[in-house]
Amino acid sequence: MAKAALMDFDKALELFEPVLGFEVHVELNTKTKMFSSAPNYFGGEPNTNITPTCLGLPGSLPVVNGQAVRYSISLGLALGCSIAPSSRFARKNYFYPDLAKNYQISQFDEPIAFGGSVDVELPDGRMFTVPIERAHMEEDAGKLTHVGGSTGRIQGAEYSLVDYNRAGVPLVEIVTDIIYGAEKDAPELAKAYVATIRDIVVALGISDAKMERGNLRCDANISLRPRTAPGEPPAPLGTRTETKNVNSLRSVERAIRYEIQRQAAILADGGTITQETRHWHEDTGTTSAGRPKSDADDYRYFPEPDLLPVVPSPELIEELRAALPEPPAARRRRLKAEWGFTDLEFQDVQNAGLLVEVAETVAAGASPQAARKWWSGEISRLANAREAEASSLVSPSDVAALVALIDSGALNDRLARQVLEGVIDGEGTPQEVVDARGLAVVSDDGALIAAIDEALAAQPDVLAKIKDGKVQAAGAVIGAVMKAMKGQADAARVRELVLERASAE
Amino acid sequence: MSEITQEQVAHLANLARIALTPQEIESLTTELGSIVDNVAKVSEVAMADVPATSHPIPLQNVYRDDVPTTTLTTAEALAGAPDHDGSRFRVTAILGEEQ
Repeated sequence: MAKAALMDFDKALELFEPVLGFEVHVELNTKTKMFSSAPNYFGGEPNTNITPTCLGLPGSLPVVNGQAVRYSISLGLALGCSIAPSSRFARKNYFYPDLAKNYQISQFDEPIAFGGSVDVELPDGRMFTVPIERAHMEEDAGKLTHVGGSTGRIQGAEYSLVDYNRAGVPLVEIVTDIIYGAEKDAPELAKAYVATIRDIVVALGISDAKMERGNLRCDANISLRPRTAPGEPPAPLGTRTETKNVNSLRSVERAIRYEIQRQAAILADGGTITQETRHWHEDTGTTSAGRPKSDADDYRYFPEPDLLPVVPSPELIEELRAALPEPPAARRRRLKAEWGFTDLEFQDVQNAGLLVEVAETVAAGASPQAARKWWSGEISRLANAREAEASSLVSPSDVAALVALIDSGALNDRLARQVLEGVIDGEGTPQEVVDARGLAVVSDDGALIAAIDEALAAQPDVLAKIKDGKVQAAGAVIGAVMKAMKGQADAARVRELVLERASAE
Repeated sequence: MSEITQEQVAHLANLARIALTPQEIESLTTELGSIVDNVAKVSEVAMADVPATSHPIPLQNVYRDDVPTTTLTTAEALAGAPDHDGSRFRVTAILGEEQ
């Protein structure tokens, strides 16, 4: 494949205005599928979590999962949407073996939620309002594995294998209106928008929202239009591409940046953009052409005759509205103020995805600064070394217990790091690790004083300096004492005692 | 008289993956046309106060509890498959891609 020519990003922005649109698919974490009582569990042995309905076998009928409807309404409300007094399902007809029925049950002209907006915070703190056209319910498709050919891709495959475990998993597709005005922030906005959707569905507890597992998927539409002189009407919208398979927040940002640079190079060269899907390739950081996509794709939508309208009562809608969590942006502002973090400290925690962990650690009794220090510091370092998520290593309550042991003087930082490793290795709670490993700080002043007197006697020159008022010289003695105590002493207490003993000499 | 054209019938046949001969397209155009004409008569009777409906029975909100039940075994699931590899359905190499 020839490498596409790219225009410098800033140059592209000088010549063109990027226009965006996103379709985000959210897999709901209900216990069962959208239209069948098969477990909503993707993974495990192929074709085990399926019923006749998942396969569209003759005689089987879909029945709507009430919980999925409630989750969808909650999500619609969190997106600031109106909830349709009556909505219905429709068949989207297409021939592709990822669904055995030759159609997907979706919603077409009557989505459950429409007309909302989401406030998205850009990295520099500015807010950008993303308009939401609609959110509708549908079912996920099965997973295909292409066999034969060298690449595992569709081209050149000899045959394909189909696992329908994912077929019928409840999805909500969130479709934005056309987004104008993102300008040079377009890549960052794309990332921040998807992150905000993720935060919303996590706060609602309606999706596992793990992009790497496909719980949250983003199709990014982008087009460029040439800038016109001030006072002139804007140019008509350019031809768009739809980049698929973007399965991390970082990829969303990179894919948008890449498409802006690629399209700008083509347009500036007098070429035209092909309306098509593009595939994002994480390894090369590029997109490649997929299938042509026409605005008039003919899916022969028609009302799903096997299902009845969804008519949520106003009482149900209000009940779900009352139960909505605080919007993510408002929550972040509140937490930052409550914790007294600097912008940098807060961004560190947020960018590391540790807001929930720090919040829960604070709720369990730790000071915000101590919670931040442990999560952003030692725990993140260990997570990195072990190639694991920080949140999977240790619970917020254990971190809070660790901080409490430090605050009480039972542990110093060095010992606390050892205790933390013990907790992560499954040796029990921090207190249990302290007991089992005998890691508590020596708080017996008698033992400390004996070690201090010995160290002072061994370093008479230091003693003389301390007596002269040069207290910083005490460091050498403190170091010797800490070594003698094998680190299991409170350095602050040792310092106090060293100064006390030195002046008493 | 309806406005169903032979082009529309050919287009629909293509979308539905049904191979039609020119004779079939011609006769189906006439038949579909008269079906559409007949359905259109309903619109003459239905005044603006009659809402459109997609279902003959006035039911709504029929939901299932979110409780898993038994599933097919893999062997049962694959029993009717033209081809499989023991755990997954095997289909011929696919041109085109997911929608």
